[in-house]
Amino acid sequence: MTSWVQSYLGLGFGWFVAHLVYILLIALPLMLAVAMIIYADRKIWAAMALRRGPNVVGPLGLLQSFADGLKVFLQETIIPSAANKGLFLLAPIITFTVALMAWAVIPFDAGLVLADINVGLLYILAISSIGVYGVIISGWASNSKYPFFSAMRASAQMISYEVSIGFVLVCVVLWAGSFNLTAIVMTQKGYYAGWLGGFGLNGNVFNPLLFPMSIVFLISAMAETARAPFDLTEAESELVAGYQTEYSSMSFALFWLGEYANVLLMCTLNALLFWGGYLPPVDFWLLYYVPGIVWLFIKILIFFFVFSWVKATVPRYRYDQLMRLGWKIFLPLSLFFVFLVSGFLMLTRYGGVS
Amino acid sequence: MIAHWIKSFTLWEFVKAHWLTLKYFFKPKATINYPYEKNPISPRFRGEHALRRYPNGEERCIACKLCEAICPAQAITIEAQPRDDGSRRTTRYDIDMVKCIYCGFCQEACPVDAIVEGPNFEFATETREELIYDKTKLLANGDKWERAIAANLAADAPYR
Amino acid sequence: MIQVLAFYLFATIVVASGAMVIFARNPVHSVLWLILAFFNAAGLMVLLSAEFVAMLLVIVYVGAVAVLFLFVVMMLDIDFAQLRAGFVSYFPLGGAIAVVLLVELVLGVGAWKAGAINLGQRAARLPDATPNIEAIGQLLYTRYIFLFEAAGLILLVAMIGAIVLTHRARGGTRPQNIDRQNRRRPDEAVRNIDQPVGQGVEL
Repeated sequence: MTSWVQSYLGLGFGWFVAHLVYILLIALPLMLAVAMIIYADRKIWAAMALRRGPNVVGPLGLLQSFADGLKVFLQETIIPSAANKGLFLLAPIITFTVALMAWAVIPFDAGLVLADINVGLLYILAISSIGVYGVIISGWASNSKYPFFSAMRASAQMISYEVSIGFVLVCVVLWAGSFNLTAIVMTQKGYYAGWLGGFGLNGNVFNPLLFPMSIVFLISAMAETARAPFDLTEAESELVAGYQTEYSSMSFALFWLGEYANVLLMCTLNALLFWGGYLPPVDFWLLYYVPGIVWLFIKILIFFFVFSWVKATVPRYRYDQLMRLGWKIFLPLSLFFVFLVSGFLMLTRYGGVS
Repeated sequence: MIAHWIKSFTLWEFVKAHWLTLKYFFKPKATINYPYEKNPISPRFRGEHALRRYPNGEERCIACKLCEAICPAQAITIEAQPRDDGSRRTTRYDIDMVKCIYCGFCQEACPVDAIVEGPNFEFATETREELIYDKTKLLANGDKWERAIAANLAADAPYR
Repeated sequence: MIQVLAFYLFATIVVASGAMVIFARNPVHSVLWLILAFFNAAGLMVLLSAEFVAMLLVIVYVGAVAVLFLFVVMMLDIDFAQLRAGFVSYFPLGGAIAVVLLVELVLGVGAWKAGAINLGQRAARLPDATPNIEAIGQLLYTRYIFLFEAAGLILLVAMIGAIVLTHRARGGTRPQNIDRQNRRRPDEAVRNIDQPVGQGVEL
């Protein structure tokens, strides 16, 4: 499509217009997906509590998120008089844009990616590290105690779990030999359900090196996005609503959208890094006729179900337990697995006892 | 000790908990599909107020002000004057539904069953002003809910 | 064309936000301007097709270092009157540093006028399309392996040193014993008894 647009609008401008269209093609369905995923979250959560969840707006309540969005849109944006006005308004914008930015490097199918850069995974790490700022700035600019405590907690939590996520990603990168997400997915080809069966004998044996890492990544992803067992940043019994306490109307909605876009991103990363992304779960020729994007979406939805499932099941962690889990369990564990994976690869792939 | 380690590193307790919630996920719901399905309510249910009329269309209220006197929240305000035909009637009958605590004393105090609390509980409004009911609103409620109210009173009568 | 535009955009923002770091009244604003400067510097790195360095700049400086800065600055209770009071006494030292920087700038501009050194990006680039992660890795783990390891050791020592200097056990406190909490099992914490009616529970 880029070349087609370029044939009309010239090389530079055509490229610009084509990429603008691509960005909208990713961002707008993403917003729609976020709206529906909030609805799904509420429904799943309700079902596990034997409730019905939203059921009034639209058939089965499908339009609930849009009604909420409209309500929030019509409300007044309240800025506390003691708040730092500019930063107060900047914070939700940062959270929201950062949550959208990371999607630039996600491959939805073979070659279906906005920016196929060879440091894709590092780009995602970098973007998610910027995500902390939305939270810190909102906490500080609100000029209020609870948001500030929450901002401290959130940033400490995000930094802590980024460390273990980093090491898990190192394992994946070592195994795949590339930072490019498409390449990481393609090296899982031929294995059974991603890498998890991909160890030695034609992909029929469970992979003990990457499976624990996928679990660590899943749990760290929940902590990184401040989802249920780790949602200490908005623990309502302790901190009112956390860093969003002073926010209302659209600025609140931007936080909300950004949060769920991040959750979706983490589900996607789980699917891409460990479960074969857009590849079919079994390496069987017939399954390749189904477009890859369908497989990816199915995997994302399964992971989102897991996220909601955990949210409905596990009670909230205490803050020191959270930190202990991050630094004293996940960090040594993932470090040890970096050692194991690199050792295994040295033995089998790069000489050693070949 | 080792068993405990294996248990915690295989996340055994989490797996068990998630299995439990998954079973609950497929169980029938404990709640009803509320706005489309409603639970039966008791004939003694104390919901929105209504002023009733006699079958010939004459309003029941005789402005005795017993309800105003007994109201613990002082939500009821009544002003009365003799009507042209000499009968004593209210010129003003206001209930501040924001103050009302739905104790039902007014309907107990009423000697002519004029003020009653009907079965309606869905009268949320967008503004607070709409919750200050005047006589016309209460009479309209009475006309609207008369059949249900009469049935409830009849069902409850043997126990009084 | 786009590269030139992007370069001037990034460069202008870097310089401007660098200036704002100094001029901002509020120290928190200063740190935020600093973060903007880091971010745009990363953009400049991308223009040089050094994407690995760019990403590292964002991850390490923006993601970790600046967050800690921000933490510290937000927690500080800064009294501006007190800060200004120290201005006069620090003036000679600050002035001296300013003079040194000025001289360096003049020297730098003079050297640049004398003729450009051909550092150029070509010297750093590999002929084929090796991703620069691999290029850096190949250099770092072969030619500069000892320097790399030495840098690692120095950082390790610095880290241990920082912990030793700041970590002190305060006496007289009774903190939670997390290990004991974790070692506790249900069978030693819970006791099932058949309680007769009308009698108290013996603890």
